[in-house]
Amino acid sequence: MVDHAAKLTDRVWSRYDRKEQWARYAIYLVTLFAIVWAVRDIDIFWPWVWDAPNQIQNLGARMWPPEISAWQAILNAMLETVHIATLSSMLTIFIALPVSYIAAQNTTPNKAMLWLGRFILVSSRSVNTIIWALLFVAIFGPGVLAGILAVMFRSIGFVGKLMGEAIEEIDRRPVEAMEATGASKMKIVLYAIVPQVMPAFFAIIILRWDVNIRESTVLGLVGAGGIGMMLQGSIDMFAWQTVATILLAILVLVILGEAVTSVLRKKVI
Amino acid sequence: MLEISNLVKRYGHNEPVLEGLDLTVDGSSVVAIVGASGAGKSTMLRCINRLVEPTSGSIKLNGSELVNLRGSALRHARRRIGMVFQGFNLIDRLTVMENVLSGRLGYVSFYQALTRRYPQNDIDRAFQLMDRVGIGHYADKRADQLSGGERQRVAVVRALMQEPEILLADEPTASLDPKTSQQIMSLLQTLASEMSLPVLINIHNVTQARMYTDRIVGMRHGQMIFDGVPKEFNQNALDAIYGGIESPEEDGDNTADKDSATQQGGVVA
Repeated sequence: MVDHAAKLTDRVWSRYDRKEQWARYAIYLVTLFAIVWAVRDIDIFWPWVWDAPNQIQNLGARMWPPEISAWQAILNAMLETVHIATLSSMLTIFIALPVSYIAAQNTTPNKAMLWLGRFILVSSRSVNTIIWALLFVAIFGPGVLAGILAVMFRSIGFVGKLMGEAIEEIDRRPVEAMEATGASKMKIVLYAIVPQVMPAFFAIIILRWDVNIRESTVLGLVGAGGIGMMLQGSIDMFAWQTVATILLAILVLVILGEAVTSVLRKKVI
Repeated sequence: MLEISNLVKRYGHNEPVLEGLDLTVDGSSVVAIVGASGAGKSTMLRCINRLVEPTSGSIKLNGSELVNLRGSALRHARRRIGMVFQGFNLIDRLTVMENVLSGRLGYVSFYQALTRRYPQNDIDRAFQLMDRVGIGHYADKRADQLSGGERQRVAVVRALMQEPEILLADEPTASLDPKTSQQIMSLLQTLASEMSLPVLINIHNVTQARMYTDRIVGMRHGQMIFDGVPKEFNQNALDAIYGGIESPEEDGDNTADKDSATQQGGVVA
């Protein structure tokens, strides 16, 4: 018989060797340092943090019961929020589709257009909706129009990029067949490309409408219309019971949006 | 009449795929083009309707030169050339009727194509051709619900809708089972004689080439090395075309006798 015990003790195994182990300790140390540095630097006023449970309780008490006498104004602001989302999603289509067409490798007319398309998409996506809203409020003044444009400018990048990817993923063979019939470029797009990207298009635009509802609820904080404007006003006036109602209403709206989009998504796919 | 003379195609700085090819097809003959993969069959066919740009040479269809055509002149020339593909190249998400009518895209306006309002003549002709090949009852089905053989029939009808002066078929039976592929070959043969339409068929199945065509053209390394009636296509010709590349074994009895041609499957190189 072989002496298993003796043999086993000879076999030393460790997941990391000495050098890797030191590297891991170093990473832990750097991470710890980054956290300590950040916490010290941001200058938290600790008494306020310890006081937070009290404040929460206090605020909760002031919010209860939610004030529902203003329900009509809240409902109108909610509808305005939905309208901002719907209109901006619709308008997005008209700009995002041509941009996705020139930003897709296989349909772009030339290199310059390709880069123009990509530039539009990247610049649209790198600026947050709220920042777009600040810009448009400055240009058009506060109100719904600024909100619609802000949401739209952010959506163009989202819808355009995903549609561009959908166009790049099409099966090329129907395109070849349509070329062979003597069809013009626009007719080839209509018959060989549009049917192939249709399901992706509906899925993307429904998803974006859903996102846009949520984006529209905060636009009012910078004066660009919707329920956020009322929320800001109520906070400024310490009308906490109204604030509670508005927050609940936003929750209901987002859940409704979610439900509607999931039904629509099932219908089209 | 199709006259190809001194056709050269070279991709980049590589060896030419076609090295000065000459081929004349007249009347309503069905011509099989055989050759190993990479011999240039597909490239030659695609040079005719300019899905591939020839490097030099001349291609004349009923007297008019096809090489060097651009823009709408090229699209008008393509209307006169029907093409059937190995992968059918249908638009899966459209109905059979829409696929068939897409053969008319070179003739109708963009608005007619968009709204699917094709001239009654086109619709009559579509039904007539679909009935002729036995798919009339599928008009409103989606193309991706059909079997392989049925899909290739749709593709054939689409090509015939162009009222072509010549039909090109790029391995039309390679994606089909043996029985269905015989049906498609026999269909192409009878349609050619009914409509007195010259047909060029790239084909790997030598047995079917012998059985369903009037003339066999053998290609190797971009050059034509055999041209004759099926009876003359013997073991020597087969060796010259495929020898040293792949071995289409048929256990010694693959001479040009008609009996072996009736065997299903036959030589599939």
